[in-house]
Amino acid sequence: MTAGSGEPKVDVQADGPEDAGQWSAKLRRAAVSAFPPGRLLPDRQPAYVASWIYVFGALTLAALAIVVLSGSVLAIEGPTWWHLSRVGLFVNSMHLWSVELFFFFMVIHLWGKFFMAAWRGRRRATWITGVLSFVVSVAAAFSGYLSQQNFDSQWIATQAKDGINATGAGAFFNVLNFGQMLMWHILLLPAAVGLLVIVHILLVRRRGVVPPFAPDPGDLVEPDRGATAGDPTVARMAAP
Amino acid sequence: MSATLTRAGRTGRFRPDGDVEEWHGRYVPYDIVKEFTASFLVVLLLVLGLSVVFSSPDVHPVTIRTWAQHAPIDFARTAVTELAGMSPTATYGPPYNDTAGVSQSIGPLSLERLMGVHHPINTALDDVIDPLRTLPADPTLALAITRYTSAAAQTQKSWTNAYGTALVHARFTDGELSTRPGRYGPVALMIGTLTTMARSGALDGALVSSNQFYGTDYTKPLLFMADGAYLANLAAAQHLQGTQWGMMNETGNFPGQSWLWLYTFWYQIPPFTNSSNADAQIWAIMVVLTALLALVPFLPGVRAIPRRVRIYRLIWRKHYRSLAVRADETV
Repeated sequence: MTAGSGEPKVDVQADGPEDAGQWSAKLRRAAVSAFPPGRLLPDRQPAYVASWIYVFGALTLAALAIVVLSGSVLAIEGPTWWHLSRVGLFVNSMHLWSVELFFFFMVIHLWGKFFMAAWRGRRRATWITGVLSFVVSVAAAFSGYLSQQNFDSQWIATQAKDGINATGAGAFFNVLNFGQMLMWHILLLPAAVGLLVIVHILLVRRRGVVPPFAPDPGDLVEPDRGATAGDPTVARMAAP
Repeated sequence: MSATLTRAGRTGRFRPDGDVEEWHGRYVPYDIVKEFTASFLVVLLLVLGLSVVFSSPDVHPVTIRTWAQHAPIDFARTAVTELAGMSPTATYGPPYNDTAGVSQSIGPLSLERLMGVHHPINTALDDVIDPLRTLPADPTLALAITRYTSAAAQTQKSWTNAYGTALVHARFTDGELSTRPGRYGPVALMIGTLTTMARSGALDGALVSSNQFYGTDYTKPLLFMADGAYLANLAAAQHLQGTQWGMMNETGNFPGQSWLWLYTFWYQIPPFTNSSNADAQIWAIMVVLTALLALVPFLPGVRAIPRRVRIYRLIWRKHYRSLAVRADETV
């Protein structure tokens, strides 16, 4: 490769050794180290991941995908379309019900992770980003209710203003300003939710699914056999 | 492959609510793409089914026009309070105006007072006088407006008080407000004209319009409507009042923002039902609770709850059962 006139010639081979000090090279090494392909897109998982509760994370993401897709169609057609068109009303219905399911799945996912103590093993950031995703999703849904342009949004706006104003946020988050709320709903808050969810998922892939609590005698009872803590089998398992 | 658990490579005392044993046991095939695709299809079918069966609510918005047409006396009474500067909006304080002593606070801290006035509203000018000035030239109306605006504050107050009292027993017939005779000054003409203007739909446009052609800010008309009783009565019929768990409900029988249940809950119980600082207090509570939820991993006692209530035994029952069976076989 030849540099421009007046500059020294620098020959770099496409498959040559990388420049270790380069920012791009450092970023690539860090990314590959944190997320090797097998961890980012796994085809194996620990055998203890065997419960229906694990499905709710994927269901939450699936519902979020439908929220985004249906919302995108509404955005393409504009904010008044769904009030005037039967197809628009149907797409709005999909948006509404996917939001309802999104929160339903997310709350079950959250409680499931709580009862697993899923923050254990350097997974605190995973828990925190999950909680933040929930909180910002509530704000995103709230701004959506304000953007409906119907009686519901009128009433919610006039009632919610007192709470928002009491925090001082009413100065820059005016729930009575439809244009402002629509912008928050279709750009700022979805972007925040998307970013938090991506970070959350990457942290899950980075740290993996939290392992079970170390077994104690009670945990090793076979439910089908109705064994108790006094069961000889249990006693043997409890022994170090 | 046997399921063995060994201590993670960290030093210090093992904390069961913060540390884990590294997994060196069995792994099973897992197709993450297939799982997401199946989840997506299941949720899509659910969403399609719910949308087909239940659709979604869309109750038409209230306009100043429909308000003045269906409840002209309520409209006129509200308009008088706006003109007199006595309406809830006129006396709200920040961020709408600088009324002193009304801002919500927690102790000495008032965040809305701290942030100040950001959406200035002078209800007499914005809701009554300026819209009337947009009407085609009417010498009588122009004279009435001039007479009102040039009168002393005490005189204005006596007119608006007298007319506001008279409207309690007013009637609306043949498109006209009729009250018993009294010393209303120019106020009766101004409010009567504003009511006619509102019933025609012209006031809706006057309240939204600004110095530019496009407008998306409905702050003024929404605050105006919220000051009247009409909007609240419609909301009560749709079980949307604050005492009916308000914002978490949706019009009709649709599920609303049920995830706001805890926030709405506080508004249903003392002392918040009677507190003039309820909004600030409830927001403070919710901020603290949300922070506690996010910080559960750091809270001794709280982070131990999962280990103590042992619901995890249901989640990982197959894992513990396999350990028990394997140990039994070994023995």
